[in-house]
Amino acid sequence: MTADDWSAVRLTAQLAALTTLLLLVAGTPVAWWLARTRSRLKPLVAAAVAMPIVLPPTVLGFYLLLLMGPQGPIGQLTQALGLGRLPFSFAGLVVASVLYSMPFVVQPLQQAFEAIPERTLEAAATLRAGPWDRFFSVVLPLARPGFLTASVLGFAHTVGEFGVVLMIGGNIPGVTRVLSVAIYGHVEALEFESAHRLAAGMVVFAMAVLVALYMLGRPTGRAAQGLR
Amino acid sequence: MRQAFRSLVGAAALLCSCAQAAEVQVAVAANFAVPLAKVSAAFSAATGHTLKIAAGATGKFYSQIVAGAPFEVLIAADAETPKKLVSEGHAVAGSDFTYAIGKLVLWSAKPDFVDSQGAVLGSGRFAHLAIANPKAAPYGAAALQVIQARGLTEALAPKLVTGQSIAQAFQFVGTGNAELGFVALSQVIAAGPAQGDQRALGGPESKAPGGPAFLPGKAGPGSYWLVPQALYGEIRQDAVLLQRGAGNPAAKALLAYLKSPAAQLVIKSFGYGIDP
Repeated sequence: MTADDWSAVRLTAQLAALTTLLLLVAGTPVAWWLARTRSRLKPLVAAAVAMPIVLPPTVLGFYLLLLMGPQGPIGQLTQALGLGRLPFSFAGLVVASVLYSMPFVVQPLQQAFEAIPERTLEAAATLRAGPWDRFFSVVLPLARPGFLTASVLGFAHTVGEFGVVLMIGGNIPGVTRVLSVAIYGHVEALEFESAHRLAAGMVVFAMAVLVALYMLGRPTGRAAQGLR
Repeated sequence: MRQAFRSLVGAAALLCSCAQAAEVQVAVAANFAVPLAKVSAAFSAATGHTLKIAAGATGKFYSQIVAGAPFEVLIAADAETPKKLVSEGHAVAGSDFTYAIGKLVLWSAKPDFVDSQGAVLGSGRFAHLAIANPKAAPYGAAALQVIQARGLTEALAPKLVTGQSIAQAFQFVGTGNAELGFVALSQVIAAGPAQGDQRALGGPESKAPGGPAFLPGKAGPGSYWLVPQALYGEIRQDAVLLQRGAGNPAAKALLAYLKSPAAQLVIKSFGYGIDP
């Protein structure tokens, strides 16, 4: 593999890791709210979170390109803040990936939170556990399989991203040329040997991730029993 | 349902004046997509044949054709790809010819941004320079030659953003996300009147062939520098009859029509040169 290809591997791992981390932090409150709320806004928020599953990546790419461009509101904001513009930058890819992979993190978390019986939380409350205490010492341990699933899916889905990156990335080596785009470039240039190396690696990676995921999905241990 | 379909077919047959009217599956290089749409309208009016057009990067079409894509005619952005397809038996020998000679421009969506000498290239007054993928698109390779001829290869490397075809490079500049880009003159002309070297356009009357405006109401066609031919290898754009179209008279008619004076007039109006 060339240095260019290795840099694509590194970049993809960095992008997926950062995206997953941000989504775990930002997605947890959203998922908790969705799991517990009786608000009439719930279907609306749930639908907004699920949108990237349904929409083609080109729709997201198109709007991001316009919104983050020099005339777009996000573009004008980032320029006013002295951050420059997001298209063709790593930060831009992170923003796009967070939106794109959001349902793959929020939904497993939401399911894990929903599976925690109300009574468990009430019992904790009677033992004088405050809301934060309840969350960290009751909810988090019980929802651990959900967090694992969310992390694996969020990471893997970001690695598998292509259309959005192609539209807003500009294919810059070491900055926005992630694995999927590098493979596409090799195929276009008829460098099938290089394409094979990367593509086969992706197949192995995807298989390993999914096997791990389905093994995690089996109910084992006390935490999982509490879930089911 | 079936009856409705039959009556639809019947109506279509009635509408069509030419008994031998047929369809041609055409793969066209992105830079020639708008001119071809114009040629296609005239071709259909003259012959009754219709075109089904797919636009993209020539290199991508090559792999698709080798893999069995159902294209009958390739209107390429280079001369090598059609020759390669002929030598590998995917295209009909002797059918390839140069329909246009492409012109490269340095373009910005901002008026007054690009000067008539292209000095802006070395000015550093921009963050991104868009080009087409040099491995798949001849205009991308030509752009790199110009950058090298100006001695700016190292300086501009971190600013290069690569579109997968010349169409995406054009779009990056058109949306303003890249301040500058090397694109085809035909694309800028198709977008409407721009400030630039008018000589290339064959006089003011042939300036605006009425292509679709890019992002109506937003980015104007801006300013450009027509890159002197001495700075890059001639972009000879060839068309070729593919094996799939060998038995389709409409495909042959299209290639013949591309050589006609009427078609050449349209091709020239988009700023292309014509093989003398």
